[in-house]
Amino acid sequence: MANFAGIPVWREVGATPKPDAPDRRQEIIVVGGGPVGLTVALDLARRGRKVTILTALDFIPAGSKAICFSRRTLEIWDRLGVADALVAKGVTWNVGKVFRGAADEPVYRFDMSPVKHQKMPGFINIQQYYVEEALTDAVQARTEVDLRWGHRVIGLTQHADHVALDVETPQGVYRIEADWVIACDGNRSPVRQMLGLDFEGRTFEDNFLIADVKIRQSWPAERLFWFDPPFNPGRSALLHQQPDDVWRLDFQLGPDIDREACLRPESIDPLVRGLLGEGAEFIHEWSSVYTFQCRRMARFVHGRVIFAGDSAHLVSPFGARGCNGGVADADNLVWKLDRVLSGDAPVSLLESYNAEAIATADENIRHSTNATDFLTPRTPAARVYRDAVLDLAQDYAFARPFVNSGRLSTPVAYPGSTLSTCDAPDAAWADGPPPGAPAIDAPLSDGWLLNQLGGDFTVLANGWPGEETPGARLVDVSSLTDTDILARRYDLQPGSAYLLRPDQYVAARWRNPDSAKLATALALAKGH
Amino acid sequence: MAHLTTTPNTADPDAVFDLLVRLHDGLDLEASLRASARLVLLLANHIGDEAVIREAVRLAARPQT
Repeated sequence: MANFAGIPVWREVGATPKPDAPDRRQEIIVVGGGPVGLTVALDLARRGRKVTILTALDFIPAGSKAICFSRRTLEIWDRLGVADALVAKGVTWNVGKVFRGAADEPVYRFDMSPVKHQKMPGFINIQQYYVEEALTDAVQARTEVDLRWGHRVIGLTQHADHVALDVETPQGVYRIEADWVIACDGNRSPVRQMLGLDFEGRTFEDNFLIADVKIRQSWPAERLFWFDPPFNPGRSALLHQQPDDVWRLDFQLGPDIDREACLRPESIDPLVRGLLGEGAEFIHEWSSVYTFQCRRMARFVHGRVIFAGDSAHLVSPFGARGCNGGVADADNLVWKLDRVLSGDAPVSLLESYNAEAIATADENIRHSTNATDFLTPRTPAARVYRDAVLDLAQDYAFARPFVNSGRLSTPVAYPGSTLSTCDAPDAAWADGPPPGAPAIDAPLSDGWLLNQLGGDFTVLANGWPGEETPGARLVDVSSLTDTDILARRYDLQPGSAYLLRPDQYVAARWRNPDSAKLATALALAKGH
Repeated sequence: MAHLTTTPNTADPDAVFDLLVRLHDGLDLEASLRASARLVLLLANHIGDEAVIREAVRLAARPQT
């Protein structure tokens, strides 16, 4: 911990001893032990890949940090076997309300779970340390994973077929080599800096204060957002519940502030009391002042080093697009790397990770930038338009969808994915995820569709003609009962079929499938 | 695809112009801007078609003469 004075500790672990003998070359090293790195490692391990994780910290840090985890993220973690405990611990919510001024009635309200009958909720709130703890426990239960705490990467050399890392430990520095390095080392990514790479994009001038406080309250589990509330006039505020009676309060502070001063109790407490009520008794859990950034690397794949999560892209909060975006990277990357390593796919498949993860980052950055521009208008005219929207939203339904207090994370589709097979021109689909879109969950008589799909290539068919094709598991709903919702949700008429990728994205779908079409689509989806 | 109408389309242009200008009677600049923005939002939603609105934005953004 000597290197990290000032970072609060959730769970002490202690540094892993420096290896006695030089390691043989590793297949994969993950740098970073946050939610993204741990998700990458867990998914790889469950596919039988040996992984070494190097994390600079020798403890799980406290501080709520990311708190909102989306349905898609939970579905990914459910595939990896860790979602149930997190959902049980977390605060489930679906509804968000936006208020203006002192009015009691919201000007806008949204539901993050418009499509019901899915296993995972629209969102849960839970402190990031619970997530890291659950993922750490899951990773450490795998014999494939070598998790090294307090091992900080201080040097990196790229070679044609491997990467050499210099790693600092309390007992000294050692060198370790890997065929592939996955850099999940956060927004200040040392790996990115060692490669001389940087972010491109915008940094915003406004400042925000997070005050996580502990207080007993029985408000409903909803996301409450205020424009221009009496307790923070002219600015915004957010209230969100976490487990253990912890509430996230977020206050817009404006530009040109004294960060130190803003974090003192005499600055924070009046805002907190303004929101919670004068008599509120609370305990400070964690506070932080931050600015908005919407930036990403130009590319995420650099030779044998692949970036995922905050190391590759940063977005403003208020959309829950940071950590959820990073978990989406992990989901997209791991099956591809696994197939490349097994020889089932060409190395060029990783280029589709670069393209699809950038598409995700760009959509997240676009939404995040729009929300930021609404919260902190860039010009006097932009402020006038923002306020005009709020004026109209009080009386007219049309204006309410213009209100932007953060568009919350939903999975990103890749309509232009090179891995997708286009629908046949004569095939009419009334519903269902098109090629490049993520699968949507549906109830089965004894469980849920996404659990049936798992993490391999899967054919979802309603009466498959012939034998199961090698390399694609068959889930034939014609042998199941109570599949009405599924059939409707996928427009899965008798004889139709979908091909799902291992990350549960649609690769192809047919009204009249056969083995030859499937084999062609399967090859394309593996980057052949 | 619908296009922005740029040929005469109102029966009484003077009356429409008068309506638009009178919106601002007695308003200071700030209130006036806000009323203009509300009006634009109402009309933009009425038009609905993003392509038409984009075309109108493009024409409105021409350099001032």
